[in-house]
Order: sequence, then structure tokens, then C-alpha cells
Amino acid sequence: MNLDLFIMNGYGLYVWSAFAFTLFNFLVLYKVTSRQLVKEKAKFARKYESLNSDKVILAYKQSTNRTFVRTVADKI
Amino acid sequence: MLSIITEKTKKILISPKFRNLIFVLFIIFLSVGLFEALILSPQDYLQSDSVRIMYVHVPSAWISLGIFSMIAFLSLGVIIFKNKNFVLISKSLAPSGFIFNLIALVTGSIWGKPTWGTWWAWDPRITSMLVLFLFYFLYLLSWKLFEKNKAVKISSYISIIGVINVPIIKYSVDWWATLHQPSSINVLSESTIHSSMLVPLFLMTAAFALFSVLIFLMKYNVELIKVKNKGLNRI
Repeated sequence: MNLDLFIMNGYGLYVWSAFAFTLFNFLVLYKVTSRQLVKEKAKFARKYESLNSDKVILAYKQSTNRTFVRTVADKI
Repeated sequence: MLSIITEKTKKILISPKFRNLIFVLFIIFLSVGLFEALILSPQDYLQSDSVRIMYVHVPSAWISLGIFSMIAFLSLGVIIFKNKNFVLISKSLAPSGFIFNLIALVTGSIWGKPTWGTWWAWDPRITSMLVLFLFYFLYLLSWKLFEKNKAVKISSYISIIGVINVPIIKYSVDWWATLHQPSSINVLSESTIHSSMLVPLFLMTAAFALFSVLIFLMKYNVELIKVKNKGLNRI
């Protein structure tokens, strides 16, 4: 196994920790935002489901609502 | 006309297909960029392999500066035109800008140890980046502390005041004697960096930019659904 890639002339610890820190932050930010999105979509689905038929027609007239309804259709 | 453009833009911003496309492109650019940055690109004749930190440090700094400038520009629009969509866009841009600023500071510190022999120095470039980090922090904090209308105003003023720091960051290496090296890449004059290092740098920049777009799209959807949830209550 080629250890040069990890040792990097003695700078491996610095290089790998900088890349690891970056990717770790990407992962955390992605996970946190993704969880927020799932939570808000679920809330939207619950609220939409609780509307009576007249209000559903009214809400569905808005194009943004229509897109969100399609994306949370499995939850409604 | 403006409302038609806004509606069309909004449709793209909330489209899951567009988000998925950005995610796929991000993965492709990141994979190729990492391979180039860690394996294919050469060592520096002075800094040896520690130069590879540049491939995460420089794009993070660029993107955090770009995002803050965009937030300030949109905030000006918020104050002048009272455009609610600008509020949502600038609020959704802030988290990724904040994280990229943090990455730039930490990876810069990691790079500083083998290069300058210290983790931190109160150098003009580093200190002005820390000031930008504080502005990002204050911007995000204002949304947590104040009710919506007040938060819109306060966060807008924070970003507009904070953007004064952006040219200070850019020119700090020219205006003051500093440990930090001057810019190697110049738009108006010839860059002093070899193409074998420019390619991975641009690939990583593209990957990081795509990641910030991805997070922005997700956050924009979160904020828009919050607005729509309130709207459903009022029907």
C-alpha cells in the first residue's frame, strides 16, 4: 500500500485534517438542512390534510402550493 | 413583468428535479476535484504537500465573500423595494456562507501551522476574515432573537454595514504588511499560479459553489414552506 498519499512528506496530518474538517461541515450542514426540510414538509402535509374540500380548492389554486403538494403527496 | 420573472424563478427554486440535478453535479465535481487536489496536482517547490490545503481554503474564502456580498446587495433591495422574496433568498444564503467562512478560517489556521509556524496571527487578512465571521454570526443571530419584521430590518442593516469589510479583506494583503501571501489569481492581470494547480482549484471551487447552491435551494424551500404553512392557517 502506498503510504505516501497519507504521509504527504510529513504534511499529511495537516492536509487530511483540513479536507476532513471541510467534508464533515458539508455533511452536518446538509443533514441539518435536510432534516428541517423534511420537518416543514410534514407540517405542510398535516395542515393540507386537515383542510376541508373548499379550502383545498382555494389552496391548490396557488402554484407554489401545487408544487409542494406534489412533493409531499406520499404523506397526504 | 417583474412578478412573472419572480414566479418563474420561484418555480425553478422549488423544483425537486433542479435540486437533484445540482446534487448530482456537486458529487461529480467534488469527486473529480478531490482526485485532482489530493493525487494528481503537484507539490509546491516551497510548501511541499501542504499547498493542497489551498484547494479547500481558497474556494471557501471566495464563496463566503461572494455570498455575503450577495446578501448585502439583496438586503439593500429589501430596504428600498420591500421585496419579500429578497428576504427569503438572503436568509437562505446565510447558513452556507457562514459555514464556508468557518471552513476558510479553520483550514487557514491548519495551513498556517506548517507554513508560518503558528495556528493564529492577528494579521490584517485573517483578522478581517474573523470580522466577516462575526457579521455572519450577528446576521443569523438577529433572525433568532427578533420577531420577523424587526429581524428583516436589523439583519439587512447588519449585512449592509458588514459588506464594508469585503473590500478590506480583498485588499488587506496589498494595503498592509501581512503574513498572508498576496493574490495568486487575478482577473485583470496574469495569474501567478501554474495550470496544474489552477485546474483542481477551479474544480473544487465549482464543487463548493454547487454545494452552496444546493444548501440555498433546500433552505429556500424550508423558508417558503414556513410561509405557506402560515398561509394555510389563514385560508
